[in-house]
Amino acid sequence: MIRGRDLAKRYGERRIFAGVDVDLERGGLLLVTGPNGSGKTTLLRMLAGLVAPSAGELALPPRETIGFLGHDPLVYRELTPLENLTLFGRLYRVPEHRERIGMLLERFGLWEKRHERVSTFSRGMQQRLGLCRVLLHEPALLLLDEPANALDADGLELLQAVLEDRQRAVAVATHDSRSVEHLATGRLAFT
Amino acid sequence: MTYIADVSALARKDLLLELRAKETLPSMLVFVIATLTIFHFAVPHGTRHVAALGLLWVALLFTALLALTRAFVAEREERLFDALVLAPCDRSAIWLGKALAVLAFLVAAEVVALPAFAAFFSGIDAHTVAAVALADVGICAVGTLLGAMAVAGRARELLLPLLFLPLAVPIVVGGVGASAGAGGRYLLFLAFYDAVFGVLSWAAFEYVVAET
Repeated sequence: MIRGRDLAKRYGERRIFAGVDVDLERGGLLLVTGPNGSGKTTLLRMLAGLVAPSAGELALPPRETIGFLGHDPLVYRELTPLENLTLFGRLYRVPEHRERIGMLLERFGLWEKRHERVSTFSRGMQQRLGLCRVLLHEPALLLLDEPANALDADGLELLQAVLEDRQRAVAVATHDSRSVEHLATGRLAFT
Repeated sequence: MTYIADVSALARKDLLLELRAKETLPSMLVFVIATLTIFHFAVPHGTRHVAALGLLWVALLFTALLALTRAFVAEREERLFDALVLAPCDRSAIWLGKALAVLAFLVAAEVVALPAFAAFFSGIDAHTVAAVALADVGICAVGTLLGAMAVAGRARELLLPLLFLPLAVPIVVGGVGASAGAGGRYLLFLAFYDAVFGVLSWAAFEYVVAET
């Protein structure tokens, strides 16, 4: 699904990373670890096709098969969960998106709050909505940057279920890998 | 049909956001009325009609700049470009949806501004109204593209006027020319500007949002 060889990223004179190889197939979970500022987010954005490599070769699946959750949940704060997911359902060509949205909102405990503005949500609830958005179009490749951010115990359990689903390829960037370590099929450690 | 549905969903989202936040349009209305009021007292009584029309164009241009500066605020603050750019829809739909929303705000501001100008200075003829309508299309097309370029930069509030105002000079030339009585050929000039810069902006947006 993803094959990257000798990937490097530079911004001007500043080297973010170099010599990175990535292999990820369906059913695999790539764990990207490292301290803040080590290039985890840049690599994930590169795997999403949002950042071009400065050097190396990278083969990616079509963008409609990618689900990307960044540091932020990537939802409009002044819209409701229903409005956000309806918009992204439309843009991501999700067939019968009303049913799918309803199912996801139920699963992530947001159905009761579907008509409330996201700006009134806690950070953890926003992260849950971010997970709904990213799963909406049933992506074959899931790229998650610090997905456990702000999630409570129930939220972490829901995230765990997403990561355990072996029907897709998953790459997770985190500086605290304890909860994901046992699921990983591949590792990239940035320093 | 899918493209139109995407554009319509994106434009509707921006209108809904403005309806909720009520930030851009009220600012534009206050700005344009305040500017026209200042011009009314700043220029000597009995100023020629052509000079007054020049002031109208200045007021409209800077009011549009206000809307353009805020056009991508939600996308910037919530880093939503990533989610929009990854969607399988044509990326130019993002530009067109945003441009249509800005156009709606600009038209709403002008519905107030043009009668206010007529009250403060002098009446407005059909040529002026047509020129304003044509100028709006060009302003929104070019301004939305430049707004997307500026939003990635650190000095975005400074960058947008610096990029936009030089490209808006032909709009002012065409607008003042059409308003001042030489209607036909200046309206044609504005339509030509819209066509050229509309197509260029539509085609260039893909490259503007692609990070390297």
